[in-house]
Amino acid sequence: MSDPLLQPRPEGLYCPAGDFFIDPMLPVARAVVTHAHGDHARSGSGRYQVAAAGIGLMRERLGQDALIDAHDYGETFRMGEVEVSLHPAGHVLGSAQVRMAYGGRVVVVSGDYKRDPDPTCVPFEPVSCDVFVTESTFGLPVYRWPPMTQVIDDLLAWWDDCAQKQIPAVLFCYALGKAQRILAELAPRTERMVHLHGAMLRLVESYREAGVRMVPTEPVSESARGRNFAGELILAPPSAAGSPWMKRFSKASTGFASGWMQIRGNRRRRGYDRGFVVSDHADWPGLIRSVEDSQASRIYVTHGDGDTLIRHLRDLGHDAQSLHVLRGTDNESGG
Amino acid sequence: MHRFATLYTELDRTASTLAKRGAIASYLRDAPAGDAAWAAYVLGGGKLRRLATSTELRQALAASTGYADWLIDESYEQVGDLAETIALMLPEGDGSLADEPLQTWMEQKLPALAKLESADRVAQLQAWWRALRPAQVFLLNKLITGSLRVGVSHRLVVQAIAQWSGQPTDLIAHRMSGQWKPAADALTALTHAAGDDEHLADRPYPFFLASPLEHEVEMLGDMDEWMAEWKWDGIRAQLMRRDGHVGLWSRGEERLDGRFPEIEEAAAALKSDGVIDGEILAWDAQEKLPRPFTALQKRIGKLKPGAKLLTSAPVCFMAYDLLEHNGSDLREQPLRERRDMLAALIDGVDPALMLSPPVVADSWTALTVERQQSRQRQTEGLMLKRLDSPYRVGRKRGDWWKWKVDPYTLDAVLLYAQPGHGRRSGLFTDYTFGVWDGDTLVPVAKAYSGLDDKEIGQLDRWIRAHTTDRFGPVRAVEATHVFELAFEAVQLSARHKSGVATRFPRILRWRTDKSIADADKLDDLRRLASG
Repeated sequence: MSDPLLQPRPEGLYCPAGDFFIDPMLPVARAVVTHAHGDHARSGSGRYQVAAAGIGLMRERLGQDALIDAHDYGETFRMGEVEVSLHPAGHVLGSAQVRMAYGGRVVVVSGDYKRDPDPTCVPFEPVSCDVFVTESTFGLPVYRWPPMTQVIDDLLAWWDDCAQKQIPAVLFCYALGKAQRILAELAPRTERMVHLHGAMLRLVESYREAGVRMVPTEPVSESARGRNFAGELILAPPSAAGSPWMKRFSKASTGFASGWMQIRGNRRRRGYDRGFVVSDHADWPGLIRSVEDSQASRIYVTHGDGDTLIRHLRDLGHDAQSLHVLRGTDNESGG
Repeated sequence: MHRFATLYTELDRTASTLAKRGAIASYLRDAPAGDAAWAAYVLGGGKLRRLATSTELRQALAASTGYADWLIDESYEQVGDLAETIALMLPEGDGSLADEPLQTWMEQKLPALAKLESADRVAQLQAWWRALRPAQVFLLNKLITGSLRVGVSHRLVVQAIAQWSGQPTDLIAHRMSGQWKPAADALTALTHAAGDDEHLADRPYPFFLASPLEHEVEMLGDMDEWMAEWKWDGIRAQLMRRDGHVGLWSRGEERLDGRFPEIEEAAAALKSDGVIDGEILAWDAQEKLPRPFTALQKRIGKLKPGAKLLTSAPVCFMAYDLLEHNGSDLREQPLRERRDMLAALIDGVDPALMLSPPVVADSWTALTVERQQSRQRQTEGLMLKRLDSPYRVGRKRGDWWKWKVDPYTLDAVLLYAQPGHGRRSGLFTDYTFGVWDGDTLVPVAKAYSGLDDKEIGQLDRWIRAHTTDRFGPVRAVEATHVFELAFEAVQLSARHKSGVATRFPRILRWRTDKSIADADKLDDLRRLASG
């Protein structure tokens, strides 16, 4: 494909007319980064353009010395011959879609996004364009997210149940985005304190600094040795499951918050006691709606169950193609 | 349906047997009697006859959602369970049928569904789905398509009924054995106190099952306290004659009456009534050996075998134990006495009913040598039974052990994979393996188990990246990986493309050290099968 705005390269998605990469995998001279998850924001590049709302997280991720230009959502800036602006993607705090205008054409790279309300970030903003690049992590119609209030009801009922049984409730969730969303969704419902795994502390702090209201939290590491966590809720990244760190939570009931928990086989196979369907990606209706909202005449689909989404979009009359962008795996952003 | 769906969710959420038993017991206490009886029935593995085909379910789903067939197929492939796929894809229903009792569904609505013309059935399914919440849609579909698969065994249901009613587990198990039918008063009938007038005449006894011997045989102690016999590879069954009437029940507690007339005739010729535990075998009278299991398979499906089949594939009943004699329950008597009575009872009757011979040896070492003959005798190994043992209920460790011979092994190449079900849905876990026939690889075994979760995940990713062809859910993969498989037997088979059938194949190891050139040859399997 020889589009002056879009070219897949080994380093990542390249914009020739603007001479920059979007979420490069490898160090490049100029990068536009959509959000702070480790598989999108990688250190080592010369200069970064990011959304101002996520500047704190980006500094955490890219290093205090990195050259970072922060832009308000909707603000237009020039990269080479291209007019670029960043627009809310609703994925995590500071996540952005990249709008590129050049020669009368508009291309939007949506990055990772979701359409469900989330108190921790600005909601996804539909941007009209000629070419829309969409993710497809959950590109099957079996993925439809339940309302968050219902998930929080289940979560609180589980917590109460654990309290009644006098055992800890350990909820595994990704440290950036998911954890803060859960803490923020809990805020209007309870004032109980939640314990945090060390990997989450600075990220939660960044969210607080950005003005996101969450329930009170306390690091697990600051609890006295031998403390009994019976009846307490603890958030930890999935990598902590089965680690020696877990030994302090004797007889704990474990839960996992992820879009993959929608499927019963996944819930049973993962070996967690409970699955909570919480995702920072768009579900199937969200993907279709975003494609429709873009009014684009061409759709590019990246990663995930892309083939299915492409075929379905074609059935609906869209010109849909796959766009192969290499993307490393990252433990923080798996659904 | 709402209440039962809640129970199901509760059962699905816990792996603890104790928690499951408690959840079932409290459901039985709270639910209306008719619902409770049906819940016990379906949780214990009971099914209604097939009510709708999966094609009809897919048609109804396509009509309800407007999704293309291919999209439904792709979704099903990911989810691995049609009932769940449907619940996940449908628009949410209004719940107006949520309070309809389970009993009404099982006794009226679902049987009526089966009687409809196919097109009406599809329409009826859509109407029900519109009136149920997703969890209830899922459960309804499960009831329609068969198994609930929620990690509840028949035994656990029996225990839950015992816990709820306060009656002994073994009594409940016996009363539920055979073709127990749910009805509003069925649970009351199960749980009243034991009385002398107990009429269990048409029911088999719950089977006593042996556990695999996992330690050195010498640890069983004094050999004089034990009896050894061959572990025959047929259908475990109870042959009963009560008041002159003969019945035959499989271990799955299905009636086999009529299928094996030569065994029933032999039972009719007995001197007195009795209930005999034993094994149905395809029997070669000349060689005095069982014939391969494939020979028995010809008989299993035949409800009324013709004269030709009776001659070409004769069967016998190999008697292990006597559970009842002239109406009195012998199960508490020691095995040595039951065996003596059994020998006396069947002495001199038709050869279709014979005593499973003891394997005699004067030391454990000598017995170990005898055991090496298991294959030549067409058996799977030895059974070891304590001579003082009562006939217990279910799988209780300690008195009866199965001591199987080591399996055969072969190195085979992964050829095809398809997604598993239940706990393994959405992952490629059902594998087909092949061996060399000249310079092509031909499939000889399907195996589902033997890899750990890490290996399954690794292989799943590899399969997705190295698919060469698709046939529905089945993917052909590049011939790369070699696995060591174990199997119990190999038989010549006209039904298989390779000409051989392996019995109970499973994966022992992923042989990353081997290349496909090292895989075994079909000729060797053929030789083993004819040997």
